[in-house]
Amino acid sequence: MEAIVNQLPIGLSIGAVLLLIALGLTFTFGQMGVINMAHGEFIMAGAYTAYLLQGWAGGQAVLVALPVAFAVAGLMGLILERTAIRHFYGRPLDTLLLTWGVSLVLQQLARDLFGAPNVQVQAPGWLQGGIGIMPYNRMFILALAIGSVVAIWAYMNRSGQGRRMQAVMQNRRLAATSGIDTGRVDMRTFFIGSGLAGVAGVALTLIGPVGPALGTYYIVDAFLVVVAGGLGQLRGAVIAAAALGLLNSYAEFWSDASLAKVIVFGVIVAFLQFRPQGLFVVRSRALT
Amino acid sequence: MSGTDMSVVTEVPDPVRMPPERPSWRTRLRGPAVFAAVAVLALVVAPLLLEPFRLGLLAKYLVYAIVALGIALAWGQGGMLVLGQGVFFGLGGYAMGMYLKLTEAQGGLPDFMVWSGVETLPALWTPFANPFFALAMVVVGPVALALVLGTLVFRQRVRGAYFAILTQALAAAFVILLIGQQGLTGGTNGLTNFFELFGQDLALDSTQRGLYLAVVVVLGLLYLGTRQLVNSRFGRLLVAVRDGEDRVRFLGYDPATVKTVTFAISAGMAGLAGAFFVPVVGIISPALLGVVPSLELVVAVAVGGRYALAGAVLGAVVMGYAKTIFSEQFAGGWLYLQGALFILVMTLAPKGLLGLLRRRKEVAR
Repeated sequence: MEAIVNQLPIGLSIGAVLLLIALGLTFTFGQMGVINMAHGEFIMAGAYTAYLLQGWAGGQAVLVALPVAFAVAGLMGLILERTAIRHFYGRPLDTLLLTWGVSLVLQQLARDLFGAPNVQVQAPGWLQGGIGIMPYNRMFILALAIGSVVAIWAYMNRSGQGRRMQAVMQNRRLAATSGIDTGRVDMRTFFIGSGLAGVAGVALTLIGPVGPALGTYYIVDAFLVVVAGGLGQLRGAVIAAAALGLLNSYAEFWSDASLAKVIVFGVIVAFLQFRPQGLFVVRSRALT
Repeated sequence: MSGTDMSVVTEVPDPVRMPPERPSWRTRLRGPAVFAAVAVLALVVAPLLLEPFRLGLLAKYLVYAIVALGIALAWGQGGMLVLGQGVFFGLGGYAMGMYLKLTEAQGGLPDFMVWSGVETLPALWTPFANPFFALAMVVVGPVALALVLGTLVFRQRVRGAYFAILTQALAAAFVILLIGQQGLTGGTNGLTNFFELFGQDLALDSTQRGLYLAVVVVLGLLYLGTRQLVNSRFGRLLVAVRDGEDRVRFLGYDPATVKTVTFAISAGMAGLAGAFFVPVVGIISPALLGVVPSLELVVAVAVGGRYALAGAVLGAVVMGYAKTIFSEQFAGGWLYLQGALFILVMTLAPKGLLGLLRRRKEVAR
C-alpha cells in the first residue's frame, strides 16, 4: 500500500513531462501531419539551455531557463519548419526520416559542444525537500505541466490565433479559402510545440542528468501518448500522458524495469483494439 | 537536354492512339544481364580479390541487404514504414546464437550464465539445443510475432505514421527487455564467443568464405523470390493497397490480410538475416537491434531507392561500406555525414540512388 502511494509522484511527474513533450508533437502531427523525430533534440536543447544559464543565474537557473528554453527550442523548431519540413507536407513518413537525419546531426553537435558525458543542473534551494511523499521538484514539474495546459487551452479557445490554429487543424483547405494564412499558422504551431519541448527539457534537469541523448529516452513514449490520446487533442494528450506515466512507473515497480516497456506496449496495442484512433477523435465523414 | 524545352509539350503523343511500345529485347535483357553480372562479381570475383577481413565485412553488408530487401517490400511496395526490423533480426539472431551457445556448452551451461550465477538451464533455452528447432525458430519466431502484431494493428485500420511509431516502440521495448533479462539473454553484452557452426571452425578463413557464399546465394534467391512476388497478382494488390487502401477495400479485397502477410514476410527475412549475422560477425547484442540500427537500415533503403528491390540491396551495401570507412577515419563525423546525407537524399532524391541513375538514363535518351 505504501509502495503504491510512493510510486504516485514519480508516475505523475513522468506523465507531466510526457505531456509537455507530447503537446508539441500532437499539434504538429494533428495539424500538419508531420512526425518530428527531432522533437527529442528540442528537449535536449532546453535542458542544455538551463545548464548554460547556470553560470550566469546560479541556483535560480531553472526559473530563468524556462522562458529562454521555450524561445530557443521554439526558434529551432521554426527554423526546421521553414527550411525543411515545409517542403514535405503531405508526406508524413518522409518527414519522419528527414527529421531523424536532423536529430542525428543535432545529437552529434551537442556531443561536440558540451562533451559526451552527462552534466548536472543544480536545482534551486527552494525545491529541496517536500511535503510527505511529494518532493517539491516533482510538484514543480506537475505545476509546470498544469500551467502549460491551461495556457495552451486558453490560447486555443480564447485567442484569434488559437482559433485559426484549430480551423487549420480541422480542415486546412477550407481554412485557407476562408482567408487564413495557413503558412503563418503552421509557423506559430511549430514554434509553440517545439518551445514546449524546451520547457520539458528544463523540467527534466530537475529529476536527472543532462546528456546528448536525453531526448531519445522520452521521444518514443511521447509518440505513444499521441497515438493513444488522438491526434491534435488536448484532452486526449492530458489523459494519455497521465495514464502512460503512471502505467510506466507502476509496471516498473511491480515487474521490473525491463518488462515495464513491454507491458506498456502491450497495453497500447490492446487499447488500440477498442479505440484505433486514440481516445478522442475529431468526428469527420471523410475517409480516414 | 534538360527536357524543359517548351516545344516538348506539343510533341507528347496521344496515349489513346499510340499502341503501347513493346520494350526491345535489349531493354528486356538488361535486368537479367545486370543480375548475372552482379552474381558473378559477388560469387567469383569478390572471394578471389578480397582479403578475408574485407570479405567478412562484405558478408555483413549483404546480411543487412537481406533485411533491406524486406524493408523495400514492406515500405516501398506496401507503404508500411517498418521502424522495428531490428526486433525480427534480433529474434532470428538470438535463436541462432542460443543454438550455437548450447552446442558449445555440450550439455553444460553457456559461459555468460555461469558468470551471472544462473544454475540450471532456463526452460526457454532447452529446445534450442535441437538444431532443427533452432533453425525453424529463426523464421517462425519473427513471422509469428509479425502475424500477431499485424493482425491486431491492421484489422483496426491503424496505419501510416501510427504503425511506424508502434514498430519503433516495439524495438525500444525489445532492447530494454533484452538488457534487463541478463541471465536469460546475456544482457548488454548479448551472445558472443562462438567457435563453431555445424562442426566447422568459425575462425577458419574457409568457413568464413563458405558463409559468405551462402549469404550471397540466399540473398540472390530471396531477391528473385521477392521480385516474383512483387510482379504477381499479390504484388499488384499490395501496391494498390499502398496507393489507395480504401478503394481496394471497396473492390472487395481485404487490405489487412495483404498487409499482415507482407509484414510477416519482411519479418521472416529479417529473422533469416539475423541468423546469418551471428556466425558471420560473431556477436548478437541489443546495441545491434534497437531503434537506431533499425532506422539505419530504413535509411539505407531510402538512400538506395525504396521503390526498387535492387535499390535496397545497393543502399545496404553502400551505406554499410560508408559507415565502415567513415567510422574508421573519424567516429563523430559519420553521424554528421549520415544525417546530412539523409536530409539531402530525402529532399533532393526521394527515389534514392537508383532513382537518380534511372532518371539520368531517361534524360540521356
